[in-house]
Amino acid sequence: MAVNGRMTAWTTMQTEVAPPPVPEPNIEIKLDARKVNFFYGDFQALHDASLSVQARKITALIGPSGCGKTTFLRMFNRMYDLVPGTRATGEVLIDGHNVLSPETDVINLRRQVGMLFQRANPFPKSIFDNVAYGPHMLGWSKQRINEVVEESLKDTGLWNEVKDRLRRSALNLSGGQQQRLCLARALAVKPEVVLMDEPASALDPIATLRIEELMQELKERYTIVIVTHNMQQAARASDFTAFMLMNQKRAGEVIEFGPTDDIFNRPKDSRTEDYITGRFG
Amino acid sequence: MVPTPLVAASHQRPLVSGDRVFSVIAYGAAALIMLIAVIFIIALFIPALPAITKFGLGFFTSRTWDPVRNQFGALTAIYGTLVTSAIALLIAFPIGLGAALFLAEDARLSLVRGPLSFLIELLAGIPSVVIGLWAFFILTPLMRDKVDPFLQHTVGFLALFKGTPTGYGFLTAGLVLAIMVLPIMIALSRDVIRAVPRELREASLALGATNAETIWSVILPYARVGITGAVLLSLGRALGETIAVTMVIGNTMQISASLFASGYTLPSVIANEFTEATGNVYLGSLFYLGVVLVLITIVVNVLARLLIWRFSGSARASA
Repeated sequence: MAVNGRMTAWTTMQTEVAPPPVPEPNIEIKLDARKVNFFYGDFQALHDASLSVQARKITALIGPSGCGKTTFLRMFNRMYDLVPGTRATGEVLIDGHNVLSPETDVINLRRQVGMLFQRANPFPKSIFDNVAYGPHMLGWSKQRINEVVEESLKDTGLWNEVKDRLRRSALNLSGGQQQRLCLARALAVKPEVVLMDEPASALDPIATLRIEELMQELKERYTIVIVTHNMQQAARASDFTAFMLMNQKRAGEVIEFGPTDDIFNRPKDSRTEDYITGRFG
Repeated sequence: MVPTPLVAASHQRPLVSGDRVFSVIAYGAAALIMLIAVIFIIALFIPALPAITKFGLGFFTSRTWDPVRNQFGALTAIYGTLVTSAIALLIAFPIGLGAALFLAEDARLSLVRGPLSFLIELLAGIPSVVIGLWAFFILTPLMRDKVDPFLQHTVGFLALFKGTPTGYGFLTAGLVLAIMVLPIMIALSRDVIRAVPRELREASLALGATNAETIWSVILPYARVGITGAVLLSLGRALGETIAVTMVIGNTMQISASLFASGYTLPSVIANEFTEATGNVYLGSLFYLGVVLVLITIVVNVLARLLIWRFSGSARASA
């Protein structure tokens, strides 16, 4: 996975103002969005958004409601395909391949880039069948499916809680358990990137912390991009943070992107500072 | 001069009694509907009594329909009704579900969807006698000359497709019924499929499922109860449909395994014979058929409504 050619670092946005970043030797860029524009019909929802996501790190997208963070996130696995009349320009490179290209095999892409949604959305099936859903479609052997279900449930800390009732309906689980089940379901197809769209917004503080702990465990193996409008969550749980805001035409832009510590403690842009300190948004 | 409060009060009083009058009218209208339903059932029962007392439950198992000897049984008509309705559902179910999925799922076709939905409603609005007329003059010859011989040629070894095709009979009647129930099947299934929470669809697609896999493994299992309701409601329509069936079924009191054979259905017996029914028992037997038909359709419709309600309730709860 050589990335020599595109070792552009993660502070790409304000290239004219920011000093050229110092390339670090061991950086692996897993997902690289370059000057992405996105349109719902005539309405432009994203304007020249760029983001370089490092492999096996947690990257948070923060910003006020309507700033396009979820739209941006949903471009990475082409979920916007479901909405008619949408159009994207620019590039989103994953392992050097442009996701936005019409030739992209969306099915394969989505197996490679998993997603966790705002509200836990388990299928009205058993706990086992929820996790086995993806592997089953891939035609894996029964034994392999059993293994991967156990593995995924262990990875999400659910195994001990549900191992005696795998055949029971997933809908009987608590909200936090359901969200972890959805995470297990996403992990079962062995993705490389996991997108999380405000995964804890419907959960209580304890369940939220549990999800954040899991993210720390999982980042050893997965690249995680999380949308959140909870700034504390971004500060606590992420390695890098991108701050997004609407411009005058209501299109979302990436205002500032860098290590989370810098964004929260030494923001370069006054708008970032205003948002971080709670002056608007 | 009269003080203002009094004026206001004198304005209010007629308003209040106007309210009362209106509510009495509204309650009265509602009560009238229930009264009509009750009177209707009773009025159906009373003329049926001579036949009910004479034949009892044996009416359902007797194949005799002999006005000369005053012996009547409903089995033949029940058989015809069930067979034609079954054919209708067998044909309409896959087509209706396919069309419903197309209308509900395919996001690219938002331009076609409106006109198509309108056409389907138009189809639902065609008077059944017009469909019957069309079936009699166009569908029947087509069945006799093309479809039936083809079936006989390919699957003629089955008892279902033996005998001489005349174009009239169970198969043609079933086909006509299929056309007539399709709009209901499509419209209801489409609504049911649309009510499947978007989150579930997205969850499946985000895991790398194709549209087909998503429909098959998530949407259809979820919508199963509602679709069953749609099928039952279509069945209710098929069971009661009279005129179009009467025009093509051949109106012969016989039970035949062959779908090419002529037959009879409960509604078409009533429609054909009510003018010539002489005597209490003959007329009573027609009313008895009516009672049977009403009971069957009420049960089917209530069941269908319950299923659809239960489904939309659960869809809303988890949406």
